[in-house]
Amino acid sequence: MSKTTKTLAAAGAVATALAASLAVPAQAQTKEKCYGVSLAGQNDCAAGPGTTCSGTSTVDYQGNAWTLVDTGTCTEIELPAMADGTPRMGSLEPIERDLPS
Amino acid sequence: MRVNQTSFRHALLDPEAARPDGLSDGMGRPAGRRFDVYRNNVSVSLTEALEVGFPVIRKLVGHDNFKVLAAAYLRRHPPHSPLMMHFGAELPSFLADFEPTRQTGYLPDIARLELAIRESYHAADADPINPAELEALPPEALIGSRVQLAPALRQVRSPWPIFSIWRFNVEEGAKSPEMAAEDVLIARPDMDPVPGLLPSGGAEFINALLTGATFGDAMDKASEASWDFDLPVVLTLLVEMKTIVEIGG
Repeated sequence: MSKTTKTLAAAGAVATALAASLAVPAQAQTKEKCYGVSLAGQNDCAAGPGTTCSGTSTVDYQGNAWTLVDTGTCTEIELPAMADGTPRMGSLEPIERDLPS
Repeated sequence: MRVNQTSFRHALLDPEAARPDGLSDGMGRPAGRRFDVYRNNVSVSLTEALEVGFPVIRKLVGHDNFKVLAAAYLRRHPPHSPLMMHFGAELPSFLADFEPTRQTGYLPDIARLELAIRESYHAADADPINPAELEALPPEALIGSRVQLAPALRQVRSPWPIFSIWRFNVEEGAKSPEMAAEDVLIARPDMDPVPGLLPSGGAEFINALLTGATFGDAMDKASEASWDFDLPVVLTLLVEMKTIVEIGG
């Protein structure tokens, strides 16, 4: 890319980006960070784990078998296999075909 | 006999293992059942940590399947750190290897996206520039400038439509994903991390900026990588996501 082309492209991109940023409603720009005001259990989950340390009586039974199938949304998503042969999701059951006979 | 850490830890992560010998309660009596309670709480709380950290993976495989997956994961990759915000870092490679999920090619990249969102949340704050600074800078000066981006910025690149799959599972009524490679930018325009779809060449452009290239050199890198590199779209995204912290230098 020549310098002139780049200069023009950069100028155009700045104009576009600024036009878009000015279109953001003023209210969105005045949002402020506000800590420590969430109600218990309603703080944002983006923090990930580690924000609670609840004791629990739920029983963990370590299952080794994947017995329950198709309860998620995996199978709602129709995607072709990748070019390298990585298959799309078909089923969440253990794959039992192609076993040596 | 007193219990040692090795046998305690071994029994903690294996529900089939016998309770370690030598545990006693405050009165000097055998305290085996207390160990069972503790063992259960460890695995349940780690399972919950994974559920909170990977809501989209959980939705994709189903809640019950996720519990099975989590039980296997937490025993293969117990936490390295007491900070639960770091727990789950090996889930992408685990999903690629775990028999029931290895057929689902996109799951590891979705897990990477969820980890990146969490990392972005915990990254340092940085004040973005006023967009007017960008306007005030002559274009010749801009292409010669280096751009400093916010610490909360993350990118995840995938041969799968990961942004569409993520959105399909997070937003009500989002459209069904179609096969395409998608690169995702994650930033924190306000309080929380927001993923955005990067156009073609966007990831190369941002990577170049992150490694210290000037704005103009980054444009070259992106154009070499993608003939249809769309600078206005990328720059608009960077400005809107408030990722530009400093220009110049």
